[in-house]
Amino acid sequence: MALQVRVATTMAEAAGILGSDQRTRLLSGGTLVMRDINEGRFLDGTLLRLTDPAYHQINASGARVELGAGATMAMVLANRDLAFLHPVARAIGGPAIRQMATIGGNLFAATPYGDFAVALLALDAQVMVQSGYGSARAVAIEEFLNARERGASGLVTSVQFAKPQNAADFRFRKVSRVKPKGVSVMSIAVHLPNSASRIGQARVAYGAMAPAPVRARGVERALEGKPLDAAAIQAAKAAALEGTRPVTDAIASDWYRREVAPVHLGRLLAGEGR
Amino acid sequence: MAKSPVQFRLNGSDRATFVDPGDNLLVTLRRGLNEFGPKYGCGQGACGVCTVLIDGEPHLSCLTLAVACEGRHVETVSGMADGPNLHPLQNAFMDNFAAQCGFCTPGMLMAARALLERNPNPTREEVIEGIAGNICRCTGYEPIITAILAAAGNRGQRQA
Amino acid sequence: MLEFRKDLFANERDDNLNVVGKGVQRQDMPGHVTGRSPFFDDHAFEGLLHLKVVRSPHHHARIRSIDTSAAERAPGVKRILRAADVPLNKNTLLSLIGFGKDDEPSLAVDKVHYKGEPVVAVIADSEAAALAARNLVRIDYETVPHVFDVEDALKPGAPVVNDTYPNNYFEYHEKFDHQKLRFGDTEKAFRSADIVMEERYQMSPIEHAPTETNGTIAAPEQDNRFVVHSCAQGLFFSLGTSAKILKLDSNRLHFIGGTVGGGFGGKVDSITEPLAILGAMMTGRPVRYVLDREEEMLYGSPRGAERIYVKDGVMRDGRIVARHIRSYFDAGAYTRLSSYAAVKCTAHIPGPYWVPNVSSDVYVAYTNRCPSTAMRGFGITAVDFAIEVQMDKLAHAINMDPMEFRILNAYRDGDMKPHRRVAKNTALIECVQVAAEKAHWPISDNAKRMSSLVGGGEGERSQIPATPIDQRGQIGRPETRNAPSTQTLPAGTSRIALSKQPEMEGSRDARPAAANVPRYEPARPMGQPAVQAPAPLAPMPPPASPPYAAPPHAPPPAPPPGATPQHGAMRFSSVFGTRRR
Repeated sequence: MALQVRVATTMAEAAGILGSDQRTRLLSGGTLVMRDINEGRFLDGTLLRLTDPAYHQINASGARVELGAGATMAMVLANRDLAFLHPVARAIGGPAIRQMATIGGNLFAATPYGDFAVALLALDAQVMVQSGYGSARAVAIEEFLNARERGASGLVTSVQFAKPQNAADFRFRKVSRVKPKGVSVMSIAVHLPNSASRIGQARVAYGAMAPAPVRARGVERALEGKPLDAAAIQAAKAAALEGTRPVTDAIASDWYRREVAPVHLGRLLAGEGR
Repeated sequence: MAKSPVQFRLNGSDRATFVDPGDNLLVTLRRGLNEFGPKYGCGQGACGVCTVLIDGEPHLSCLTLAVACEGRHVETVSGMADGPNLHPLQNAFMDNFAAQCGFCTPGMLMAARALLERNPNPTREEVIEGIAGNICRCTGYEPIITAILAAAGNRGQRQA
Repeated sequence: MLEFRKDLFANERDDNLNVVGKGVQRQDMPGHVTGRSPFFDDHAFEGLLHLKVVRSPHHHARIRSIDTSAAERAPGVKRILRAADVPLNKNTLLSLIGFGKDDEPSLAVDKVHYKGEPVVAVIADSEAAALAARNLVRIDYETVPHVFDVEDALKPGAPVVNDTYPNNYFEYHEKFDHQKLRFGDTEKAFRSADIVMEERYQMSPIEHAPTETNGTIAAPEQDNRFVVHSCAQGLFFSLGTSAKILKLDSNRLHFIGGTVGGGFGGKVDSITEPLAILGAMMTGRPVRYVLDREEEMLYGSPRGAERIYVKDGVMRDGRIVARHIRSYFDAGAYTRLSSYAAVKCTAHIPGPYWVPNVSSDVYVAYTNRCPSTAMRGFGITAVDFAIEVQMDKLAHAINMDPMEFRILNAYRDGDMKPHRRVAKNTALIECVQVAAEKAHWPISDNAKRMSSLVGGGEGERSQIPATPIDQRGQIGRPETRNAPSTQTLPAGTSRIALSKQPEMEGSRDARPAAANVPRYEPARPMGQPAVQAPAPLAPMPPPASPPYAAPPHAPPPAPPPGATPQHGAMRFSSVFGTRRR
């Protein structure tokens, strides 16, 4: 009975411990696991600390970005190569939370939290998952998020994605009632690569519009191959709710989320303020 | 359950105590070291009243594992004053009536201090962002913002 | 930001004050900015124990059995507290001033009445040990039907929420189901009004959400006393409540507090003090009982929900001639302070406006929700919201500027209020004038010229009109709620006294009901003429003659036999709108 703390010095060791004991939970930034301890939901098991420097590393100078799962929001904000992600990292908590909260932890944050994962979903990120002492395998983030509720196993070591060719192609908006820091009514991330002014491979993702971050496939279809003009935005708004299953929680009702989602999507696409 | 020792610097002095494995830093400070500056407000990272500095950066002590602070430097509101001389932020909070019930004040001061250490001359918007993780339920935000701006101004004058 | 308008009420102001209007440093400020202000939890104790409460997961359920054996054996557990351990396990807060019946246990006995109700307390060496042991307490429940809606709760056949009040309403004077206000003849005035508007307003519960959650540390002290570090907003109120529940002489309790990390009304209920002290009594060790944030938000009593119906009669020239308000306070499962809220609400009706005909019926209903309590102007805030929204709607309906509409109807000094008291120090006209000026909202010269000091109490504005009351002069009986009036108090009737004790007879839904309900004594007009010359604003002619005739009724019965006096048996104080008897 009761908790014990173990320390792993390498990611392989940590993955091995996580794989061998179902009652072990990784302490990354602490904002999720410590809350469960404080509120009596995690009273019995192993709390695993990981001191491997690679776990906290950010590699963003090239075309392909790798964010160590233990990298914090503050580290993202301190990295100039990741300027396009600064609005996302800044949307997570206040300054103290951002010193603590990690990329990996955000992938496990239950709705309506987890806004960074929404951005990663729009960036088509790969989640690197290490099980046991083998090497990490890449899992598409959508698949990873879908499997999350069933209980993911293994250690998330990093996330990888291609840097948007044009920083302006990536846009993010968090809608909250309390400003500047509030919990999400919803969040939207869009990645709209384009050539010759026509959108190709559009990616649109929502937070808090389903039990986990989801892609807005109807919106993606509506934008595909089109210039980002009023007609395309209108079509995107009309398709905004396809595939969404917003919940009712303390922040907003499902009705309210459905009502405002097309409005905020339209404003984000049109480059308008809140 | 086995207790384990932890040692870290607290406001410039080396301190040691024993903790249970899952103990957070807030409990360790308050019940292990009788350091009652940081408060308990939510235990879930929503209110900011437990804010401390760890190695100069703001952290929520209720979500920080105590044993992970081994060898680090933890600073609280109790270490802000220099002997009888209050920190400029403390004076500014007094002068501008920036406390009502006083419960958010220790965390608010640490968030403000972290902001000014990094950004000595913040804009009003930067101040608001700097204390965005700290709730004042008496809703005295305006005097708090005014006080932080005033403290930044005072510092600037002294440096000049 | 503060501005002192010296042009307003100049002769009522003293400019030679030392503190008012000046910045003065608070004496607790140095402690606040240095982190040294002692809140209840900022005290070190050797051997401190931690108390956690097992709460009901159901809205309404019978408790079949409680098994604490596994929890008692759990590591670090020092003591389990159950209902039988509480010396006086039934209390109501205002019993300290003789108001209401004891209705709430510290730990549930055989039934739980709301989700989150405390059932068992676990005391252990550490918070983690108490949390772990809490999970080992086995309680077998049998759920029963619940009711959440105030009006549903008052319908026949509704589930009985609170066994102390089996009709689901708080009983004023031990028998009446609501607070009643009657002034003039609202029904008659509605019939002659140009427009009658009735609207429904619904307010939700509001959690105080103080940054410091409710909590207490209690510890044995020398001389067989207990020191209690408390978050209470009313420290001696909490001391008295704890002494009653624990059956201790109050001089055995040494309460320390006054430094409150935000209260807003949410720290008057003494929800942690009695169990913490009981824990210290049972273990001989210091015991700390602090709500976590989830408990504070879900089970730390909120401002109660209210449903309010406002019906107004208004003339096209802007005069409100009648206002009727029917309101329901949602007390949740237990009374706490809702009984007082309804009294405050009634005392506030019809808002800051002079209305010649006013009536109201304000109920406190029990539902299977978290008990509600005080919060910043409770009793007033919600009805004010309803009234002010209604004022905007009325102004719109008669095509009048909403600011001017308020200025026209505002109380002025000397006006008679429905509570038979004269309005003094009124200032709404000036407030609206200044607000209009600040907002650059154009108002007419006439509205700018009006004053709270001019015109108040003129003509009928100072008079108490003839007032019909409910059937046979009875008040507050459920079955007479909608009955026509058969009796009218003559104009000028000021004090009206209740003539007799209620007695129990008959039944409603097989429950005892007040049968012989007190009546008003024959009216005693004030020492001034009841009939006035028609005032310029009067929408109705004054009553020709008082039609009152005392109806025949049985002689006053004796008080019901076997009635046991409540703790601190005393009648309402003048604070509660009735006089001592």
